Amino acid sequence: MRSSTAPAGLDQLVADCQVQLPDLSLLVGTEEVKPYECDGLSCYRALPGAVLLPEDEAEAVAALRLCSAAGVPVVARGAGTGLSGGAMPLPEGVVLSMARLNRVLDIDPPSRTALVQPGVRNLAISEAVADAGLYYAPDPSSQIACTIGGNVAENSGGVHCLKYGLTVHNVLKVRTILIDGTVVDVGADAPDAAGYDLLALMIGSEGLLGVASEITVKLTPKPLAAQCAMAAFDDLGKAGAAVGGIIAAGIIPAGLEMMDKAATRAVEDFVHAGYNLDAEAILLVESDGTPEEVAEEMARIKAVLDTAGAVEVRISSNEAERLRFWAGRKAAFPAVGRISPDYYCIDGTIPRRALPRVLHSIEAMTVEFGLRCANVFHAGDGNLHPLILFDANIPGELERTEAFAARILELCIEVGGTITGEHGVGVEKINQMCMQFGTAELTRFLGIKAAFDPAGLLNPGKAIPTLHRCAEFGRMHVHSGQEKFPELPRF
Amino acid sequence: MSAEALIPQWQERVRNAQITGRPLRIRGGGTKDFYGERLEGEVFDVSAHAGIVDYDPTELVITARGGTRLAEIEATMQEAGQMLAFEPPLFGEAATLGGCVASGLSGPRRPYAGAVRDFVLGVRVLDGKGDDLHFGGRVMKNVAGFDVSRLMTGALGTLGVLLEVSLKCLPRPKAETTLVFEMSAPEAVRRINEWAGLPLPLSASSWHEERLHVRLSGAEAAVVAAKNKLGGQEIAGPEGETWWRDLREQRMAFFATASQLWRLSVKPTAPYADLGTFQMMEWGGALRWLNAASALDSETVREWAHDHGGHATLFRAASRHAGVFQPLQPALLDIHRRLKSTFDPAGILNRGRMYPEF
Repeated sequence: MRSSTAPAGLDQLVADCQVQLPDLSLLVGTEEVKPYECDGLSCYRALPGAVLLPEDEAEAVAALRLCSAAGVPVVARGAGTGLSGGAMPLPEGVVLSMARLNRVLDIDPPSRTALVQPGVRNLAISEAVADAGLYYAPDPSSQIACTIGGNVAENSGGVHCLKYGLTVHNVLKVRTILIDGTVVDVGADAPDAAGYDLLALMIGSEGLLGVASEITVKLTPKPLAAQCAMAAFDDLGKAGAAVGGIIAAGIIPAGLEMMDKAATRAVEDFVHAGYNLDAEAILLVESDGTPEEVAEEMARIKAVLDTAGAVEVRISSNEAERLRFWAGRKAAFPAVGRISPDYYCIDGTIPRRALPRVLHSIEAMTVEFGLRCANVFHAGDGNLHPLILFDANIPGELERTEAFAARILELCIEVGGTITGEHGVGVEKINQMCMQFGTAELTRFLGIKAAFDPAGLLNPGKAIPTLHRCAEFGRMHVHSGQEKFPELPRF
Repeated sequence: MSAEALIPQWQERVRNAQITGRPLRIRGGGTKDFYGERLEGEVFDVSAHAGIVDYDPTELVITARGGTRLAEIEATMQEAGQMLAFEPPLFGEAATLGGCVASGLSGPRRPYAGAVRDFVLGVRVLDGKGDDLHFGGRVMKNVAGFDVSRLMTGALGTLGVLLEVSLKCLPRPKAETTLVFEMSAPEAVRRINEWAGLPLPLSASSWHEERLHVRLSGAEAAVVAAKNKLGGQEIAGPEGETWWRDLREQRMAFFATASQLWRLSVKPTAPYADLGTFQMMEWGGALRWLNAASALDSETVREWAHDHGGHATLFRAASRHAGVFQPLQPALLDIHRRLKSTFDPAGILNRGRMYPEF
């Protein structure tokens, strides 16, 4: 049973749904709503007041209208794989799960587009269009499970985004339900749309502006060939210079990833990819295209790696070997999970040239905070994922981890980067938003939010901090550098 | 005076305009004055805020002030073997970076490499409240906050003056060539879409007067392989380059002396239709230019574009009274108005340049 202290708006909404939308799946019991208490960032939890599971756009529209009328906040949710607590529920609100809208509505090979519902899984799109020789390019690590609706909310990337772009480069149109139930087409089947670029605002808006009900994605022809080079370096600086050298040679690789020694060792024990365990850094460089193109590019990549002082360079000689090289990188998170009871993944982006400085600072911080850290890096686009290893059962370790994480993010801002490259702000980095942006910028963000959602009912408390919150955080930050009640959910 | 010293003066000017309610008309090189609805207000010349702020080719990012000439940016990038991959039209030597991003116009490479908005990483903007704001950054991936950098792109200066812009750069292709095919328009639409679905190094396409031009760019081996596969007649070297440059700058005879030049952005597979005048197709079929000696019925043109997934813009015209941009759905117009008032509550910046309503 739902708590008797539920806010009046929520009671009203549940009653309205039961009467006006008898066919709408509605979960209210504690046991029923428990699976929705968190997303992939499981240290932030809250039980939602109710969960609504529409089957189609009409039900979603009707549900949003009722929420709007009752003044109940709405947290839209896809597969719940997000890593910043963006889908964390609100006790006084509802979760609007779009997971049942999971049909591929249309595949149009001649125009290289597909029209899909938001609950379709990322990988399922590529599977559905494979026969036409096409695929959907952005490939976040959770692509087996994550939904395209969630990808739109987070502007998800993947290991191939330097060459193929992020969600914002691969989505043409988002049919959007506004909080009052109005349905609008944002973007177009054409290359552009009239008016402001609202599509760019919608993508990465973390569920604050509207709810996607249909998404038109751009499809890419599958490359005929792909090859991967694995290079080992005895020095992080040399590996960083090799990355710059590849770009300077006029090459945009399909993938360009780096792992430090801690990550390499964790991974090698786990998947036996054949990595050099003495290396301070491992680089993976992929080329794709026509066989002629790949051969030409790979020869140039190898030359750059040799010149940069790689102690070992291996080029995949067949598809099985290429996949084995990648298996290590793709298993980095679970591999680190094997060597530590818990880990905390950071998601900062930095200019590539700042990499040696940032990695050395992180190394110094491991001593300062008494915690280990393994680094994996989307080196091509400067997106750093330090994984802090800790044990939540040891009193004080989670707090130290959070302080460590905050320091890394501050460092990212300091070197000219950003607090989140691809995981989003959610609830996790809401305080760091106060460090990255000034009052004037935050005021404009709040204005944009209000332009779409004047009553502030869509995912309130996420992504964009209130000025009040920043003022409070600023004061606490100056005094102690830590939150007073880090165990409390952050609204 | 240093570029930076201009900012406080401009803030003052905008704040005064906010008080008096007298509109300002932002102007860089003036090469895009023809584009959009009416030009209203006192000229606010922003061309003096110029210069490249930061360019490190290995970061693939260039940051420059809004008044920097596009020609200077392109020349600097060319020295480093890089380019603005969206190939923006200059429409004159004086074209600035700010005007390029504000107008949101992209050239021949757009369907294969991306539009200007796809390359914008960050902006510094002076909005209608006179505030000096920073959004986005100088890094490839950044999801902190709403994507205001892209919102500013193509907003025609109605939300703010672009003080600085950071753009993603790409290497110039190692090899490039142009192929020409004799074919009808319907055949061109079919073939160019068919080719776009294959892993071919296409980088531009256009059709006019029964001829399809296709440009291939990339690794030497890839260009040669694609050329052998596709056939056609080759225009190699500088002649091909000039052809695409002329198309990008609309210097071809097709674009001259029109009463109306319509730009239709549609689904690339939209069938070729006789819309009552001469046509030029670009962007793999997704861009259709109509050059009309006398005014076309704008309702008919807009309806056709809408029915084919897109919209129509009266790009150049002797008279703009029929409206320049496709009218917005009421709910979207409301959002536009509220966005405008977030950044420019007094409605002083480029008032009415995009839609008469704001």
